[in-house]
Amino acid sequence: MSSLERPLPAVEIRAVRKAYGALQALRGVDLTIEQGEIFALLGPNGAGKTTLISILAGLVRADAGTLKVMGHEVTKDYRAARRALGVVPQELVFDPFFSVRETLRIQSGYFGLRHNDDWIDEILENLHLTDKAEVNMRALSGGMKRRVLIGQALVHRPPVIVLDEPTAGVDVELRQTLWRFVRQLNSAGHTILLTTHYLEEAEALCRRVAVLNKGQLVTCEPISELLQGRQAATLEEAFVGLIRDGEA
Amino acid sequence: MGVGFATLFSKEVLRFWKVSFQTLLAPLVATLLYLVVFAQILGQRLSVYPGVGYAAFLVPGLVMMAMLQNAFANSSSSLVQSKVTGNLVFVLLAPLSAFEFFLAYVLAAMLRGLLVGAVVLVTAGFFFPLQIHSLPWILVFCLLATGLSGALGVLAGVWAEKFDQMAAWQNFLILPLTFLSGAFYSLHSLPPLWHFVSRFNPFFYAIDGFRYGFIGVSDVSPWESLLIVGSTCLALSWVTLVLLRSGWRVRP
Repeated sequence: MSSLERPLPAVEIRAVRKAYGALQALRGVDLTIEQGEIFALLGPNGAGKTTLISILAGLVRADAGTLKVMGHEVTKDYRAARRALGVVPQELVFDPFFSVRETLRIQSGYFGLRHNDDWIDEILENLHLTDKAEVNMRALSGGMKRRVLIGQALVHRPPVIVLDEPTAGVDVELRQTLWRFVRQLNSAGHTILLTTHYLEEAEALCRRVAVLNKGQLVTCEPISELLQGRQAATLEEAFVGLIRDGEA
Repeated sequence: MGVGFATLFSKEVLRFWKVSFQTLLAPLVATLLYLVVFAQILGQRLSVYPGVGYAAFLVPGLVMMAMLQNAFANSSSSLVQSKVTGNLVFVLLAPLSAFEFFLAYVLAAMLRGLLVGAVVLVTAGFFFPLQIHSLPWILVFCLLATGLSGALGVLAGVWAEKFDQMAAWQNFLILPLTFLSGAFYSLHSLPPLWHFVSRFNPFFYAIDGFRYGFIGVSDVSPWESLLIVGSTCLALSWVTLVLLRSGWRVRP
């Protein structure tokens, strides 16, 4: 395939820098995620993963660099970039005034979709939330709220979905349901960018991973090459080695 | 301006409508209590303008005061609650411009202010005979004053990151501005210093101009009030929009 025929990268990040006062959260990060990938962005706490995702989603402004989602620059062409992106935030946030269905309808409306109930019903069914559709968000368990967050990210059918530690504090059953759903979404053509501390999950789901440490990209390569290069048996072993090298 | 803007506006309206007991009826009770205390008890002894009863003077002032306070409360409390609980992220992730964001919050605040004003006015009308001198002046000041207050609420909501910061706006800015606005008295009855200070209070002009629409008498020309309330509303809106576009405190 010639370079002219190559599809646009799903996510393109170039030389992104961000500082909070004296703290350098991102020190010139470059990253490309191709369409159709399930890609894991890994790193210890405070590595800059959430900052990078927040800049990609337009929640935080970069000090320097460019970021594109499906070819749309996230600040200059923010409307198209945000339409192409669905984000599941790390925190269990919700609006306590509304029911599950109202929450999804409102989110759908924000993206310009007024009559979207068929897709909302499908999302509710896939996330096992149909019987909770009319329940107020306050009355849901943590796991149910997490599912609604996923629903909100999918409601406008974005080609790129970002999951920021979606399984943090989630029970085993929901984790399995969630990853099954992620695979299903990926099969349907969605590109998935996820951050997780469960490295065995990343290993099982993804072909490529990137590791961020202290605001710098330490590696970005297929898991098989990473394991081979570091002579590691598991992703966890390779990851720990990479982070230790960074400390040295 | 499309479906996204309309959705945010209707979400904001739904938000206060779902708790209308607190957002619409509670202000009515508070305002009626002022009316009972001031109009019933002091009304027979006080007359601010010749030929105008104190109740006829007081009711428009209290109605405007309620509109100003509630328009501010709507946009400011919605924003600060969303920031504190974190659900503002859903609005920020959406493909909405800073102008759409601003206008949706301000229009919803205006609607709540106007509904509270209408409820208070109609209820007061059962107890005190109301006169209307000029409906256009009444409507113009209703819209401009609630717009001004709604925009100020957005500015406060964008700035505040905690509930106590918002309480500071309420207690140290909005409350003094509304109580020292001539709702209960004419500016001419004040000592020179407070008279001078009050001329810098945009809420005074909102109340004075609004009252003119009812009784046809005012402390300053309604045109002067229109100019000051209108220009303050525009200036506040412009500042808030510039800050929103810069991402100040919202998209750090």
